[in-house]
Amino acid sequence: MVIGLEHYLIVAAILFTLGVAGIILNRKNVIVIMMSIELILLAVNLNLVAFSAKLHDLTGQVFALFILTVAAAEAAIGLAILVTYFRNRGTIAVEDINMMKG
Amino acid sequence: MNSISLELAHALPEAILAVGGVFLVLLGAWRGRDDDGPMSEFAVAVLGAALVAVVLGRHRAGGVVFSDAFIDDSFGDFMKALSLTGSIVVLLMSGDFFRRAGVNRFEFPILVVLATLGMLMLISANGLIALYLGLELMSLSLYVVAAISRDDARASEAGLKYFVLGALSSGMLLYGASLLYGFAGTVSFSGIAAAIGDKPNLGVIFGLAFLFVGLAFKMSVVPFHMWTPDVYEGAPTPVTTFFASAPKMAAVAVTVRVILTAFPGAASQWQQIIVFLALASMALGAFAAIAQTNIKRLMAYSSIGHMGFALVGLAAGTEAGARGVALYMAIYLVMTLGAFAAILSMRVDGKPVEQIADLSGLARTKPAMAFFFAMLMFSLAGVPPLAGFFAKFYVFMAAVEAKLYWLAVIGILTSAVSAFYYLRIVKVMYFDEPAPAFDRPDRTQCAVLALSALAMLLFWVFPAPLVNAAAAAAHSLF
Repeated sequence: MVIGLEHYLIVAAILFTLGVAGIILNRKNVIVIMMSIELILLAVNLNLVAFSAKLHDLTGQVFALFILTVAAAEAAIGLAILVTYFRNRGTIAVEDINMMKG
Repeated sequence: MNSISLELAHALPEAILAVGGVFLVLLGAWRGRDDDGPMSEFAVAVLGAALVAVVLGRHRAGGVVFSDAFIDDSFGDFMKALSLTGSIVVLLMSGDFFRRAGVNRFEFPILVVLATLGMLMLISANGLIALYLGLELMSLSLYVVAAISRDDARASEAGLKYFVLGALSSGMLLYGASLLYGFAGTVSFSGIAAAIGDKPNLGVIFGLAFLFVGLAFKMSVVPFHMWTPDVYEGAPTPVTTFFASAPKMAAVAVTVRVILTAFPGAASQWQQIIVFLALASMALGAFAAIAQTNIKRLMAYSSIGHMGFALVGLAAGTEAGARGVALYMAIYLVMTLGAFAAILSMRVDGKPVEQIADLSGLARTKPAMAFFFAMLMFSLAGVPPLAGFFAKFYVFMAAVEAKLYWLAVIGILTSAVSAFYYLRIVKVMYFDEPAPAFDRPDRTQCAVLALSALAMLLFWVFPAPLVNAAAAAAHSLF
């Protein structure tokens, strides 16, 4: 079997769906949400690199490198906010994030 | 070498902010103290210099530079001027509030400068990579700003919620961007438009829909508005002011640019999405705000509604519509800054208060403040002859000219519903028994409140400068 573009796209779509489902369905803790976000970004990278190889165009790979960099910054900031939250509340369970309702 | 400096001249405001931001970070580290000291003033100077660069450079011939990634045109200049104005006014008003709350950290002005740099990049983005990088520079700064008072449980909860939902929406936007890149074969907006032609394929439509999820989140329009009320309520009031003003300008600007330059060939597809977003936002903004008792939460729903009205102009997809959107954003910026100037000065015995009931009888305890605030409420409700009425008039006229009659009709109906809760505030201020009087407000906040209220009247008398600037801005998109 030849592995073509569509196989990569399907894997990326599955990873992306898993990531989104992980954020929406997860009731346990926020660390799992961070992992789901990374999963989404990596699914996008897979998409971009697959398209880039298919199109013989480097732009997609440049885009993927930028996404990797920004994802690192995003994870750092997310964890920092999570630490301040934990200091104030003593919990990172998702169902406890409910001081404000609307 | 020469061509690099020519290209940099197009990005002069961004260059000023980037260099200024680095300088502020170094200064903050070198001072070795936690308080803000002169940092806010330096940040205002940097933002002011960028604003001067935008205003002085507005007659220069525009151009597309940095390998098609960055566009310099009058639409960009107009929206950049709005964003910078919003950031400057927020910084001027916030110093007093933060000092009294004891959270006057030097990081706040730095983050505002960096977020504004992100907004400017976003407004000038001419390709998907530039769009993503500008959006993330803005968002990452905003996540931190939302949680800046880190000993406050509500603020850190607001920051956490904003971060999780924001990261999810950036992920969606990126997925859309990757599909667009794959099916159009390029990341530049004009290249995408050329590749789509008149018949967008399924991949492009999927990419478009995912891209809009991310943009709708940043504009906080229904159904991606869930974060707005919580973040507005939980964050400190100056931060809320910032969220309600400058980032909205950038988000709307980039949405307009993406739609009009990258997807002219997919008009029937994006029009459905925009019409839905506009209708849902106007309706939710009108009905959900009625039950609110916290004024910051009320302003959150009010901003959702106003974004819906602005999108009515975009749904038309014409030059008149784009002019309506630019004009709407300018007037909305002034109204919202004025309203938040009043909210920032709501303070009893040194403690900030934020319930609508705290405004009771303001007309007797602080008549001038009540008068100006009431004027802004009338303008937000869209009562003629104030500027808020003309803002709605231009977008609804554009919708009617584009034959979107029922969209305009529903817009006018929801606007009438939303008048209810704005006028309720006026009623509370003028006809209820006085609550404890507010402390003497800060001078800057008074000035912003009075000037923005007067600007609402001034627009009625001299609309030409702003209308012409908005028309020139819209013209550069077509």
